Amino acid sequence: MSQFIIIDYSVSNLSSVKNAMVYLNCDVKISNAIKDIEQASALILPGVGAFGEGMSNLRNLELIDVLNKAVLKDKKPILGICLGFQLFARSSSEMGLNKGLGWIDADVTELKVTNDLRLPHIGWNTISVVDDSPLLKDIPDPNFYFVHSFAMHDRPENTKVSTCRYGSDFIATIHKENILGTQFHPEKSHASGLTVLRNFIRFVEEYHA
Amino acid sequence: MLKKRLIPCLVLRNDIIVQSIGFKQYLPIGKAEIAIEFFMNWDVDEIILVDITATASGKKPNLELINHISKKCFLPLSVGGGIQSVEDAKNVISAGADKIIINTAAIHHPELLQSCASALGSQAVVLSMDVKKKINGQFEIYLNSGKQGTGLDPVDFAAKASRMGAGEIFLNSIDRDGMKNGYEIDVIKAVSDAVRIPVIACGGVGTMQHFVDGILKGNASAVSAANIFQHMEQSTIVAKAFMKKKGIDVRLISKANYDDFEFDELGRVLKSPRIKKTWWY
Repeated sequence: MSQFIIIDYSVSNLSSVKNAMVYLNCDVKISNAIKDIEQASALILPGVGAFGEGMSNLRNLELIDVLNKAVLKDKKPILGICLGFQLFARSSSEMGLNKGLGWIDADVTELKVTNDLRLPHIGWNTISVVDDSPLLKDIPDPNFYFVHSFAMHDRPENTKVSTCRYGSDFIATIHKENILGTQFHPEKSHASGLTVLRNFIRFVEEYHA
Repeated sequence: MLKKRLIPCLVLRNDIIVQSIGFKQYLPIGKAEIAIEFFMNWDVDEIILVDITATASGKKPNLELINHISKKCFLPLSVGGGIQSVEDAKNVISAGADKIIINTAAIHHPELLQSCASALGSQAVVLSMDVKKKINGQFEIYLNSGKQGTGLDPVDFAAKASRMGAGEIFLNSIDRDGMKNGYEIDVIKAVSDAVRIPVIACGGVGTMQHFVDGILKGNASAVSAANIFQHMEQSTIVAKAFMKKKGIDVRLISKANYDDFEFDELGRVLKSPRIKKTWWY
């Protein structure tokens, strides 16, 4: 059975993600131990919080090199959620310019909204599937729960994406080889969100098969 | 399109869900985890859990309870009551909440909103205000279950809170609480129009039409209620069916056929379809 490690980097909705994975009968553990990350079949980088603090927490826990190796060299599947997903980008302009993990050729910038729209973008919004990805298979309803003010806006090269519109289009999900991410919170998106997580579990099982 | 949200508010008093009337009388309803289990199947968009006894009795948030109920809550869960520091806020999030709701501590120390927002992100910080209408028709923020005036104007304070980093405002009316006479639309609209963060209306819902009014007249991003949802089968599904009939963009769950509901002009159900309980998996 695949072992999933939810990476603990201090400010995150870790237990929400864990609860959903446990509900889906998954072998899952919250950890920031290097050994656990190295031995995991797949990783999940969740997220609630600010980009700068997220990166500095990863740095202080000395996880950046470990993650780079696991994801870029060992090619372990990883699912980023919300802030965790944004950390995959090159940079973010949230509260000053901060460098990200740089796994995806995109930059995180504030949502481009007109004055009549409120920020943060909080609530249920509809995604449009641009490219088919196993992550989005058999979704019962295309509405997902978003809570964010920043996002990636342009589709990076060699990625499969879905988009969502709030003022302008932004990236809702990305799939690039072993790197997957959702701007929305699948663990909080009811049956559709649980379907996405189940799809990730299946993806991991098939990936290692 | 961003959907308008429907959010049941569970009021906890000594760890039991209660019905609140005028912030004075409380009728026991039952256990939080059972209520949440029902609402999970009834199309709600989020759940709010507020412990109204924590601050008054000097208790910390009940992390064990939050942890327990969040295990099967696959919807956003906002938790309030007894949060007085960034540490408390972080603990509540770690226990399984997605957002923290701060009332008393934020009114006394607005800078707490700022420190919570920088630690958790604005999206996780909800300012809660309980307001009362004064004799001159103006509104004032009250604390301590509506017993203590602050002299603060909710519109001004909302704007300040938004600048300090609050990500949402939960606005409840003490006068309307449990009265079933509809939201305090004037103050909801005034606050909604003064800030760019979402406002969640609460207090006074007695008919399904009141939800519609909260959005169309009050300009709220989300509508919340407590009592109306507690004593009716599939109450939140009915509410959404009515909101949809009135042209509001709500999240649809395909298996519940909203169009088959029929209502009278007050939003009372005349005919309800059978709802297949197969949606939840």
